[in-house]
Amino acid sequence: MTNKKEWPVWEVFIRSKNGLEHRHVGSLHATDAEMAIENARDVYTRRMEGVSIWVVQSKDIVASNPEKMGELFEPAADKVYRHPTFYNLPVELKHI
Amino acid sequence: MTQEIKLEEIFQSRIDNGEKIEPKDWMPEKYRKTHIRQISQHAHSEIVGMLPEGNWITRAPSLKRKCCLLAKVQDEAGHGLYLYSAAETLGITRDEMTEQLLSGKAKYSSIFNYPTLSWADIGAIGWLVDGAAIINQVMLTRTSFGPYARAMVRICKEESFHQRQGYEIMLGLAQGTQAQKDMAQDALNRFWWPSLMMFGPRDEDSPNTAQSMKWKIKRKTNDELRQQFIDITAPQADYLGLTIPDPALKWNEERGHYDYGEIDWEEFWQVVKGNGPCNKERIDARQKAWDDGEWVRDAAMAYANKKAANRNESKTGS
Repeated sequence: MTNKKEWPVWEVFIRSKNGLEHRHVGSLHATDAEMAIENARDVYTRRMEGVSIWVVQSKDIVASNPEKMGELFEPAADKVYRHPTFYNLPVELKHI
Repeated sequence: MTQEIKLEEIFQSRIDNGEKIEPKDWMPEKYRKTHIRQISQHAHSEIVGMLPEGNWITRAPSLKRKCCLLAKVQDEAGHGLYLYSAAETLGITRDEMTEQLLSGKAKYSSIFNYPTLSWADIGAIGWLVDGAAIINQVMLTRTSFGPYARAMVRICKEESFHQRQGYEIMLGLAQGTQAQKDMAQDALNRFWWPSLMMFGPRDEDSPNTAQSMKWKIKRKTNDELRQQFIDITAPQADYLGLTIPDPALKWNEERGHYDYGEIDWEEFWQVVKGNGPCNKERIDARQKAWDDGEWVRDAAMAYANKKAANRNESKTGS
């Protein structure tokens, strides 16, 4: 199978301008980090979409399991008191 | 088995609620397979689509047109790469997809099996072929599979320049000499019907449509999209002073749409089956690129491995 010869997959993150965070934009194949950055430049920033690129090999990303979504995220669902709207204050009160 | 049915029900209700499906979520095997097929064929279309246009890069009539066409063809490469990446999230490798294209197992859009005989064809392709693709792709930005929808958003942003550059070429020719007008008309004559075929078979001959609509892979039927394209494009042809090669094409006040003539479905199926004017040429070109590039791919990988080994060695040495 030619599969074994396939170049590794990299995930690409782009900062669109200074002051904003890097955001995931997609992935690509490259032999090493340097080539991944060059390819990311060509594939994902042809129209000045970025000022900074991060690349990381996909295999190095650890992801949460969608099947464990419940136990990970549901505990937050019944804690409405973490939101400002939970607190009843008089409407005439300003700046709070 | 009941477990499977239960999962399918949950899956369908997520789709019905307008939720997006992400690669690691549970999905029916057929949903996965349908997406691998559709996304990879879409990717192949972008890549093979570079060939008919690439044919005119060295013969573009001005430096400006050459820059525009180069940028457009480079975009198509980019679009192919976004889509291959989206398909890979479903567990197929890039090499497997390439092999399926070269062996003929995977199809690509039939439109790219027509030759580009004159410069006006580049205008007609941008205007009509990219125009038809945009109609389809705008719909797909709302498709249910997250990576596919995201790739489509990116592609749609870039695609509108393609169509506008095509129309501008047509406009230039249509306002030019008689010979230039004739060239533009000839391109329209040859690309009109194949462009309509891009939307696929009639709804009654498209057995997958119902399931695709249910899974929100498609949000409109082939015939709905085709009608939308015709309604948008007919006035654009009028503006150019060119004639769409369909004597039955006529505005229907009552329907609020253009009526149009019968598509030659025999031609459509012939091209799908591999008997179009350029099917062989296109696959031969892709095969040659794949074979000629092999040593480059191997050398780049060997170089990266050697560099990594040297780094490790100097680390352990110090």
